Amino acid sequence: MLTLTNEMMRAIIMDHYSNPVNKNQPPKEGYEKVHMHSDNCIDDIDVFLLVENGVVTDACFDGVACAISTSSTDIMCDLLKGKEIARARYIIEQYHHMIHEEEFDESVLEESLAFINTSKQAARIRCATIGWNAADEILKDK
Amino acid sequence: MYDVYKIRKDFPMLDGTKKMQGKNLVYLDNASTTFKPQTVIDRMTEYYTTLTANSHRGDYDLLYNMDVAVTESRKAIAKFINANENEVVFTSGDTASLNLVAFGYALKYLKKNDEILISETEHASNVLPWFKVCEMTGTKIAYISLDKDGKITPENVEKALNPNTKIVSLAHVGNVLGYEVDIKSITKLVHKVGAIIVVDGAQSVPHIKTDFKDLDCDFLTFSAHKMCGPTGIGALVGKYALLDKMDAVFSGGGMNVKFSTDGTCIPLNPPSKFEAGTLNLSGILGFKAAVEYLSKLGIEEIHKHDQELFDYAISKLEQNENVIVYNKNSRGGIITFNVKNIFSQDEATLLNHKGIAVRSGQHCAKLIDGVIGTGATVRASFYLYTSKEDVDALIDALNEGGDILDAYFN
Repeated sequence: MLTLTNEMMRAIIMDHYSNPVNKNQPPKEGYEKVHMHSDNCIDDIDVFLLVENGVVTDACFDGVACAISTSSTDIMCDLLKGKEIARARYIIEQYHHMIHEEEFDESVLEESLAFINTSKQAARIRCATIGWNAADEILKDK
Repeated sequence: MYDVYKIRKDFPMLDGTKKMQGKNLVYLDNASTTFKPQTVIDRMTEYYTTLTANSHRGDYDLLYNMDVAVTESRKAIAKFINANENEVVFTSGDTASLNLVAFGYALKYLKKNDEILISETEHASNVLPWFKVCEMTGTKIAYISLDKDGKITPENVEKALNPNTKIVSLAHVGNVLGYEVDIKSITKLVHKVGAIIVVDGAQSVPHIKTDFKDLDCDFLTFSAHKMCGPTGIGALVGKYALLDKMDAVFSGGGMNVKFSTDGTCIPLNPPSKFEAGTLNLSGILGFKAAVEYLSKLGIEEIHKHDQELFDYAISKLEQNENVIVYNKNSRGGIITFNVKNIFSQDEATLLNHKGIAVRSGQHCAKLIDGVIGTGATVRASFYLYTSKEDVDALIDALNEGGDILDAYFN
């Protein structure tokens, strides 16, 4: 397993918060969109997936979001790009298992392992999963 | 002499044992809700331990005593805001009160092309009921222009008023920027065009002297829980003639004289006509205990205390160049700010980590973005028991800064 220290996790989260490479409007037509907002008035994002021939060929998001939701969604976009639908759904499922302290397949989560401590901060679970739930919403019926 | 340390002893939540994230609790979210003094808690408990009975029917002593207690509570609240006793309707709170005016009055009397005038700084509860009325009647919403600080001025209200204006609905004190609005002057202008004015007193009645008759407004709404009272109880205060001509919205037991098989119902007179069903009796008793508590301290003294804390906090915050304050001139119980380059929720989470309770976000005033040029802010709000030490804790935490991820990794 890729063992991440707290310092490494912080660095990963801060990097994706400060410079989210996938935070933009879709560059062209054809993306599916799901809007998500949190009950506590703040996070308010759109997640866009481009699904072509059973493959997530691109993923991006845009909107207003805190550090945890911005970085977790940005990392998710990186992870889903180029994955077949079933694979993408598997990754999302494993991420949720990790967040909820259940057994999970760590081999597919890469940088998103930085959110492994989320369960200890109950108030942030929503932030760490908001983008992932949006992607799941798009992929679940495919 | 206003002794905040003595006052704090009345509040179990401030007994020094309450912790957040292992730190002593510093509560600065009073615009959201307030702590309750022991007298309020005791009075509510008393309802359940020695006074339990319904109201409305004096068939036996317990019931009769409860009817008397409800009347006494109504009198105390009427006196607190200087209204007549029969002008005070018990509701579940400010939101219910505003909805009652919207659906009991506006829905009945407003028509297509009439206008409801509000502002972009209003709380959702003073926006969304009007949206719904507009959807149902074809009435239009119009917005008062704000001045450069985000304030509502009588001059701008006058500019927005026109012959179509039927209702003007404004918060006396805004819940984000905390400015006090000159309701008395505005009321005169509103009445001049034949419209009525609804005053959302959620943030004003707990903090400043509010005189219903002197303001001459048509409706005044507020919640008990923001003034040391229980949750789930509040009031709609309305001029009797208006209460009399509006619809009840909720029908049922306790609000009618009689009804018959032909579908007719004769409602009781106001305020009873609006109070269908079993009332929140422990809440009503607690509400009275709360206004008595505030009256004992003196509402002017409470306001002075808010202002002193505000001035003190601003003088300290001005020394921190990373903090942007959005309402430096409001001199009330609310300070709205951001820390440069930190998203408000991340800042609130960091403060929570240090034991400090503040609110982040849009504070339910989702139209305000364009007004202050930012979507989300951090709001620290004071009340009668807030101490300088509480303010110092906030100032120190902001000066100390810290990595926003500290809260996430500890």
